Amino acid sequence: MTMEKEHPGSEEIYVCRCEEVTLEEIRTWIDRGYDTVEELKRVLRVGMGPCQGRGCQDILMRELAKKTGKPITEIEPATVRPPAKPIKIGLLAEEDEE
Amino acid sequence: MKTLSTEILVIGGGAAGLSAAAEAAAAGAKVLVAESDLHLGGQLVKQTHKFFGSKDEYAGTRGFKIADILLSEIDSCKENVEIHTNTTITGFYSEDGTFTAMRGEEKYFHIKAKKTIVATGAQERLIPFPNNDLPGVYGAGAVQTLMNVYGVVPGKRVLMVGAGNIGLIVSYQLMQAGVEVAAVVEAAPRVGGYWVHAAKIRRMGVPILLRHSIRKAVGDQVITGAYITALNDRFEPEGEETYVDCDVICIAVGLSPTTEILSQAGCKMMYVPQLCGLVARRDRTMKTSNPDFFTAGDASGIEEASAAMVEGRIAGLSAAADLGYPTEHGKLDEYWGRLQALRSGEAGARICQGLECVLVNRWEDVSDD
Repeated sequence: MTMEKEHPGSEEIYVCRCEEVTLEEIRTWIDRGYDTVEELKRVLRVGMGPCQGRGCQDILMRELAKKTGKPITEIEPATVRPPAKPIKIGLLAEEDEE
Repeated sequence: MKTLSTEILVIGGGAAGLSAAAEAAAAGAKVLVAESDLHLGGQLVKQTHKFFGSKDEYAGTRGFKIADILLSEIDSCKENVEIHTNTTITGFYSEDGTFTAMRGEEKYFHIKAKKTIVATGAQERLIPFPNNDLPGVYGAGAVQTLMNVYGVVPGKRVLMVGAGNIGLIVSYQLMQAGVEVAAVVEAAPRVGGYWVHAAKIRRMGVPILLRHSIRKAVGDQVITGAYITALNDRFEPEGEETYVDCDVICIAVGLSPTTEILSQAGCKMMYVPQLCGLVARRDRTMKTSNPDFFTAGDASGIEEASAAMVEGRIAGLSAAADLGYPTEHGKLDEYWGRLQALRSGEAGARICQGLECVLVNRWEDVSDD
């Protein structure tokens, strides 16, 4: 997703390295009202890459807590779905042949 | 497709998982251990330092030797244990109670189990700072694996971020491997790890800068340096930035529990800061709200390997007992006694505080929301 830089001069800080989502993008979208992990996931693909949020969900939840003023214990994490690790589609296709 | 069946599936072959497997197999249960790495032992295999804690949990023994002790214990009841290394449990499907598993990236199969012990450990926590995506920024645990398991040094001069036990121990081990440690920065006003580890690196001339953090990494293609800064009471940067010459930045700011499978199994989860993240609620037997799932080790809250081993034993014992295998009377209380002893220190007080939030006396009393 492309977007204008709303805080010119700030340095790029990657929160989600898999999907290349920056802290600035996350803050901008939280300001626009996307203040849950699930919503940010849908607009930015944050946490949807190969590591499935293992690297970034914690940072994301902290940022949401800071911005919304809620304690982190009340920030809802993303729904966890299989697979926990990328699987080659060919492996799944082979499986159907049997 | 191939489906493997077992009585107890242990996910993770580290400190907690191996202890769980040993305990359950000794009680007579058939156990299958799935370990995503190429070898068993988890974090133990790279712990070249001697453990603290208590004698029951091998205090005074080096971590990788403890892994050997657990493996020989498992070997003594090997007819009950099936081990699958290089095997990741990729998912749990509650509609038919099936696990999907992948060996390497070549084999995909199913596993069915009567009881499951999730001992998946933890993942390294990262912090955001400019240029954190440059090559040369590592998790401290990753650096420890690189050096102590594969014999590869990460670079020449390291800035360590975090003065907990991992940051302190890895700093020392870097120096043992001939790598220079420029400084250790710690955001908190005090050292988080054991004093003895901090004293060791201070004696070697490494500064530990409290109330300091990394401000940004510097480099074009790779890390060539970093700016650090002092922090005020609210952990905000304050004052001048200082340049540190380094080619590696090591992040040791803590771990978070790895709990995907527990979430997929519908276990009631809770974010507990003292346990460092999202963990499953559990009773004294380490059983979760899904009666077929147990949790143990770092996956149930970040703590030392000594405690992980005892929790693993509790989970293994309880899973075997639930399947009807006779277990020694009073063993559960004995293990809880050991946990209490391990948690009697200052760090343990915080853990106990966290446990008070997640520990359930009777599942009947827990509401569904």
